[in-house]
Amino acid sequence: MFGDDVDTDQMAPFATLTSGWDEIKKAMFPERRDFVDSVQPGDIIVAGRNWGCGSSREHAPENLKKLGVSAVLAESFARIYFRNCIAIAFPNAACPGITQAVDARDEVELDLETGIVKNLTRSRQLRANPYTKEMLDIVAEGGLMNRLAAQIAASNR
Amino acid sequence: MAQKVLARAAGRNSTQAGEYVTAKVDRIMAHEAFSLCVMKLMKIGVNQVFDPEKVIVILDHYFPAPTQEMAAGHLMARSLAKSLGIKHFLGHAGICHQVLTERGLVRPGHLVFGTDSHSTTYGAIGAAGTGLGLTEISYAMATGELWLQVPPTIRFVLEGQARAGLMSKDVILHIAGKHGTEAAQYRSIEFAGDAAERMTIASRMTMSNMGVEIGAKFAFFAADSTTCDYLFERTGENVEPFGPDTDPEYEETHIVDVAELEPQVARPHSPGNVAKVSDLRDVPVAQAFIGSCTNARLEDFEVAAKVLAGRRVHAETRLIVTPASQDVHLEATKAGFVQTLLEAGAHVTASGCGACPGGHNGVVGPGEACISSTNRNFRGRMGSTEAEIYLASPATVAASAITGKITDPRDFWDGTTL
Ligand code: SF4
Repeated sequence: MFGDDVDTDQMAPFATLTSGWDEIKKAMFPERRDFVDSVQPGDIIVAGRNWGCGSSREHAPENLKKLGVSAVLAESFARIYFRNCIAIAFPNAACPGITQAVDARDEVELDLETGIVKNLTRSRQLRANPYTKEMLDIVAEGGLMNRLAAQIAASNR
Repeated sequence: MAQKVLARAAGRNSTQAGEYVTAKVDRIMAHEAFSLCVMKLMKIGVNQVFDPEKVIVILDHYFPAPTQEMAAGHLMARSLAKSLGIKHFLGHAGICHQVLTERGLVRPGHLVFGTDSHSTTYGAIGAAGTGLGLTEISYAMATGELWLQVPPTIRFVLEGQARAGLMSKDVILHIAGKHGTEAAQYRSIEFAGDAAERMTIASRMTMSNMGVEIGAKFAFFAADSTTCDYLFERTGENVEPFGPDTDPEYEETHIVDVAELEPQVARPHSPGNVAKVSDLRDVPVAQAFIGSCTNARLEDFEVAAKVLAGRRVHAETRLIVTPASQDVHLEATKAGFVQTLLEAGAHVTASGCGACPGGHNGVVGPGEACISSTNRNFRGRMGSTEAEIYLASPATVAASAITGKITDPRDFWDGTTL
């Protein structure tokens, strides 16, 4: 669980943009070391407003993906961060009311297609803003680079 | 204006806010991230860009290279640009947004994608500039197009004659403080009103630059006679004015009475944490920084020189000044501003991003406070995560350098750039 306005410098500090993964991991979220130490593959981050504000660096969602985070549900997102997530096929969804509906360690499930978010621990259901068909397609194809590779393969045939 | 640009770029007569379009891009700006984009493309067998004249490459974040690793990175960018036939490789001309604008490489009505979030700066000359991540830029570099949602537009009408001590930075900080860092999330901004019309291109760039700090996708000023004159002076070419339709739709309109404003300061650690300079008392600063794509143009040098002329930088404060471009550096030197700053005890560095993202030339240490003319004061942005960054206009930064603590510029300057 995170608060509002968490910026991309926290997820990918400028000084580590060219560093190895161990160093990046050590520098991520200086104010939330507990998170980096305890995050498990498959965990979902729940956050407040304006998650991912700041720099356009794609390292931010990439680093979260590498940590094993399976999705981020936030009250709202900064737009460049959000676009980057679609481009690298990392499910992030804006879900108004999420911070009220979930506690740390609840079990949560996200269906990208319908936008339905289920809190399995408390049998509650919320609606995230659903993806458009274009966004779903890009994520299903594994991101924009995969799409481009497929387009090239198709045009070479 | 966003709807107009995107309609043209998508080959349509009109567009509606909320629609998704596939838009053709007019310019792609790539800084040091260029090599990473090219490598992404090469990995999947793409060995050319859609148009080598429309992809502009520039090295600014780590220029001149502070480490061997960076030097190697620059070499690589240079050779990749050469092999791809990139026409505009501007190795070391200054900060990307400043250089593209002052060289007329971006024009009113253009759709511009940049590998940098402050690409909204191009809105100052009426272009739809926006920042994107590596994967999206790579895709656009290969194909020349990308999906975009047509954003709704909100308008800030800037009215009235500013009082002494004010610069456009104070106006945008005031907006960030009053309306919050999400005021324009997923939306396009248009700045209008008599105060906006009077602003120089330099002052407009500061506002459009920080548009992204309140979430904006684009941050436009209409391209008017000021814009056309600016571009004519620099390129010798006549460009057409470009502005909103006669009956545009706005989701919201906010009136900003510029005459009411006092110099503003954003406190740590958010550009939206804004107070009047007169409300901050006795905040000592170890570093004062005038630099970045937000505020390091000729106009900013002129104001800093006026504040510092015949005075000295405080013994316990360092003032670092990093011009936004080599052209600015030259003009500021010719005008005598550089000499005035040096005589006052400032350090004037080579142009580039420098200390703004905590790269080099003024990284801030633990426990230090820095007052800065830049656009972001997130924790750790300029170096140590234990440093405190305050954002202000170049006038306020220069005044604070004299006293060694955050200071009202009106103590030393009774002018305004607005
Ligand atoms: S000067 Fe600062 S904000 Fe501007 S492009 Fe460079 S790092 Fe980014």
